[in-house]
Amino acid sequence: MDFNQPADQNLFDRATVVGKPHARIDGLLKVTGTAPYAYERHDVVAGQLYGYPVGSAIAKGRIVAIDADAARSAPGVRGVVTTLDIEPLGIWNYNVARLFGGDVVEHYQQAIAVVVAETFEQARAAAALIETTYERDAIDVDLEAGWQRMQGTGEPSTQVGDVDAAFDSAAVTLDQMYHTPSQTHAMMEPHASIVDWSDGGQMTVWTSSQMIEWNRQALATTFGIEPDRIRVESPYIGGGFGGKLWLRADAVLAAIGSRALGAPVRLALPRPFMINNTTHRSATIQRIRLAAGADGKLTAIDHEAASHTLPGGRGENATAQTPYFYAAPNRRVIHHLVEMHLPEASDMRAPGEASGLMALEIAMDEMAEKLEMDPVEFRILNDTQVNPSDPSIPFSERHFVECLREGADRFGWADRNTTPGGRREGMWWIGHGMAGAYRGHLNLKSGARATLSNGRVIIETDMTDIGTGSYTILAQTAAETMGLPMGRVEVRLGNSAWPVSSGSGGQFGAASSTAGVYAACVALREQIAERLGVSDPEFSDGNVVAGDNVTPLSAITEELSAEDSINFGGFQTEDYLMATFGAHFVEVAVHVATGETRVRRMLAVCDSGRILNPITARSQVIGGMVMGTGGALSEELAVDLEHGFFANHDLAGYEVAVHADIPHQEVVFLDTVDGVATPLKAKGVGELGVCGVAAAIANAAYNATGVRVRDYPVTLDRMIDQLPAV
Amino acid sequence: MRAFSYERVSAPAQAASRAAEVPGAKFIAGGTNLLDLMKLEIETPVHLIDVSGTGLDSISDTREGGLRIGALVSNTDLAANERVRREYGVLTRALMAGASGQLRNKATTAGNLLQRTRCPYFYDTAMPCNKRAPGTGCAALGQGAFSRQLGIIGTSDACIATHPSDMAVALRVLDAEVETVTPAGASRTIPLDEFYRLPGDTPEIETALMPGEFITAVKLPPPVGGRQAYYKVRDRASYAFALVSVALVRQSDGSGRVALGGVAPQPWRRAQADAALPDGANAVMSRLLDGASPTEENAFKIQLAERTLAGMLAEG
Ligand SMILES: Cc1cc2nc3c(=O)[nH]c(=O)nc-3n(C[C@H](O)[C@H](O)[C@H](O)COP(=O)(O)OP(=O)(O)OC[C@H]3O[C@@H](n4cnc5c(N)ncnc54)[C@H](O)[C@@H]3O)c2cc1C
Ligand code: SF4
Repeated sequence: MDFNQPADQNLFDRATVVGKPHARIDGLLKVTGTAPYAYERHDVVAGQLYGYPVGSAIAKGRIVAIDADAARSAPGVRGVVTTLDIEPLGIWNYNVARLFGGDVVEHYQQAIAVVVAETFEQARAAAALIETTYERDAIDVDLEAGWQRMQGTGEPSTQVGDVDAAFDSAAVTLDQMYHTPSQTHAMMEPHASIVDWSDGGQMTVWTSSQMIEWNRQALATTFGIEPDRIRVESPYIGGGFGGKLWLRADAVLAAIGSRALGAPVRLALPRPFMINNTTHRSATIQRIRLAAGADGKLTAIDHEAASHTLPGGRGENATAQTPYFYAAPNRRVIHHLVEMHLPEASDMRAPGEASGLMALEIAMDEMAEKLEMDPVEFRILNDTQVNPSDPSIPFSERHFVECLREGADRFGWADRNTTPGGRREGMWWIGHGMAGAYRGHLNLKSGARATLSNGRVIIETDMTDIGTGSYTILAQTAAETMGLPMGRVEVRLGNSAWPVSSGSGGQFGAASSTAGVYAACVALREQIAERLGVSDPEFSDGNVVAGDNVTPLSAITEELSAEDSINFGGFQTEDYLMATFGAHFVEVAVHVATGETRVRRMLAVCDSGRILNPITARSQVIGGMVMGTGGALSEELAVDLEHGFFANHDLAGYEVAVHADIPHQEVVFLDTVDGVATPLKAKGVGELGVCGVAAAIANAAYNATGVRVRDYPVTLDRMIDQLPAV
Repeated sequence: MRAFSYERVSAPAQAASRAAEVPGAKFIAGGTNLLDLMKLEIETPVHLIDVSGTGLDSISDTREGGLRIGALVSNTDLAANERVRREYGVLTRALMAGASGQLRNKATTAGNLLQRTRCPYFYDTAMPCNKRAPGTGCAALGQGAFSRQLGIIGTSDACIATHPSDMAVALRVLDAEVETVTPAGASRTIPLDEFYRLPGDTPEIETALMPGEFITAVKLPPPVGGRQAYYKVRDRASYAFALVSVALVRQSDGSGRVALGGVAPQPWRRAQADAALPDGANAVMSRLLDGASPTEENAFKIQLAERTLAGMLAEG
């Protein structure tokens, strides 16, 4: 199905299943512990051995020798493959560091060996016996120094008007520096795979991946084999947040072990290893300059940011939203990639905007204060319905102002504390803060197969459910399109044997894959109509209705199957700018003595097109708010400058938010639809939820104390010397 | 984790004598710290002596009017004990501020005292660490190291790690004593202020226990009364080790006692600082933290300790 123009009135505008709050259909499996996650798939193939990874103890250099003799003769060990034993493996498009092979070390804990044994314990014990000799190279992991070096270099990605002139003539200006730290995905389920490549022929991979086809392509490139020799399965995923977009060492080491030993091998990355071995969100340094007239209208926005990457990588472009979010006639946006020797920086939930809004939305708060304006009104005043960097391009839909108004209303913004440091309850200062949220919307081509069998419809696609609710919303889409109740739809996901979908990432999964399922169901409907010899029938209540001719779907005895994809046309990006919007409001308490900040209340209002299922959508947004809270107050990968690695590489040292940190959360979805986006008029929501949250909390902490912190996380040590005496 | 042999013992003296007989043996109680360290090969005992059958899981009154807490009493049971809650409130509060419900159910009194540091470099066997691998150096003192959580006083050039226990801070302010049995079968009593050793040149030696010596109980003197409080400062609201913690016992005349956690290789208390309590937080901390040598990253702990105590005093 080609989607070449905005959707008109269609079946989803009269939806009875899509958009309704259906509980997750895989919920029972999950809460009973019976959903089969990759590492637990004991039954898929007999004779599984256990692999255990060994990582580099240095950040950069060369491996001179690896002594694995003791490991090879340790109890239960079936074999050891070291990176010196094999030629450097191939590197797929989106991977940066080599996953295995050869003597070059590019980052700390890069995989350098895999031990395969009969039990997990034997493999782990033997792995510790491996002795490696290195030649160390000098490293550079100092982003601050990189920022200094980059000053005056590079090409702006957006340059509109005359920024310098606008600053010279502005009534009010702001020029501030902001820092965000590196962050790790910290999903519950570690990277894990079972690989059967016993005979070196067909490779079967049971893994935990957000993107089945990318995984398959990456395996093909890495091992230099044809993709059609590889089958990848990943029906359940215990979280990814971008960390499982790419092929990682778990599958590669398991494949190498399997081929070497002629048996299937299972391998999970241990948590303390994962954080430096896999990818993370890069730290950023950001300078934001804003200029406005006395009326509060922004006249110029100048955003310069830097992030780090291994040579050839993408870093974290914190300027992602700045060309589009607020109106202003003059604008300059520039992002510097600083090459450094930390592990591989890559995507994490809302890559770009998550870090960018952490800074920009503090800057907007500061600017509103300078202008003596309500920060909500200041944002409303600077709203735009067109791409401000190219006013000929409108937003497909943009209801940011409604988000702000609705949020302010529901939160009781009018009753907020307006004097920083001015409200105290017992030993706590109370503060209120808000921030805007912006996340671009993207679609990817997505396919599915729909099969009618005994009155039931089976959907098969390589789409994944990373905890987001894909099973449920795809079933809802099929049920709606086929006129069937949910109970007569079965959804099968995460298998490369099935049509290629968008996969899950970049908040494109829900919108793209539901459109793909819709396309497949429409194709199936056409087949059914043809088979029944009717034209343009209605599908409702389990029947095919063409005039007086009513045929129950269950009366069709032969199995019919159709496959199709949704192909998104160029009009979406040529004629429109598609994005999602939100507003966050929070109340925090800051301890008057210690400076500890605790969130007391959170509200998000989201504008992200049709909400396919309010339960699963809400769960995405509250999850994003939790992640944003961690990002605001505690999450930071601490860089050791001498050794070039993240030192706090476990979940004790890297502090994500815990239950006690999360108060009442309220989420409101505006009743908006976006016909430009998909036939279902849906956009993403999973990443929007994290955007802006941290800044809202930082702004609230400022409002509570009067101390402005521009570096994340907003921990007490960043403000304690400025707090008034107890 | 290295392979190890395992046995159960049924009496404290037997535990101590077996530990002395088998080189490289360690006791295992709740296992919540030891097993984690064994998985990472930070601890590599060749033999484990399971002491959970030694019957030391009760709390009883002492003749002097204090409490004798068996070495195996769980953190949960200790915190919930009626007399502890009523008369040694700082101890209940400290325990409840530690770890999580599940861990406290497993964690024992002796195990908690002997839990090891949470220095991130101690946890990474690829890094130099004098405490884990004596003589290799201290990564936490390297240029650009991550030392925010680490100690500011009582530390040395060899090691700046802190002792992470919350319980021990409360026990210190209560003048607890540790009761042991030696491999020879003798029992001895070690005041808590002599129990933890400062690192000096030998950060791997953390306590006054001799090889094989087994903890049988912790003894509390008769209740000291006063208002008792424990404030644990941390970046997130639960499940985090202290940046700084303050145990406070304050009498109605303003006198009292103060101990700090999160700042030193042992629960940190000084008599002259206690004596200054009537003069306020600044007077206390200028004595308690006199001689501190923080890193750039953790210098905030000095101010934080003072402000935390000031806040507790302000609350009355
Ligand atoms: C995730 C996590 C979070 C935590 N958070 C906190 C926190 O916030 N605050 C806090 O205070 N603690 C915290 N802890 C630590 C916890 O309190 C300790 O792990 C626990 O108290 C150890 O007790 P155990 O009985 O399990 O000891 P084990 O692990 O069994 O033993 C610890 C040590 O004590 C020795 N030992 C045990 N019994 C005896 C004995 N009778 N005589 C001599 N030696 C003995 C063992 O040989 C071993 O060396 C946390 C732990 C974890 C895993
Ligand atoms: S501070 Fe102590 S525990 Fe930490 S690295 Fe240094 S020696 Fe090891």
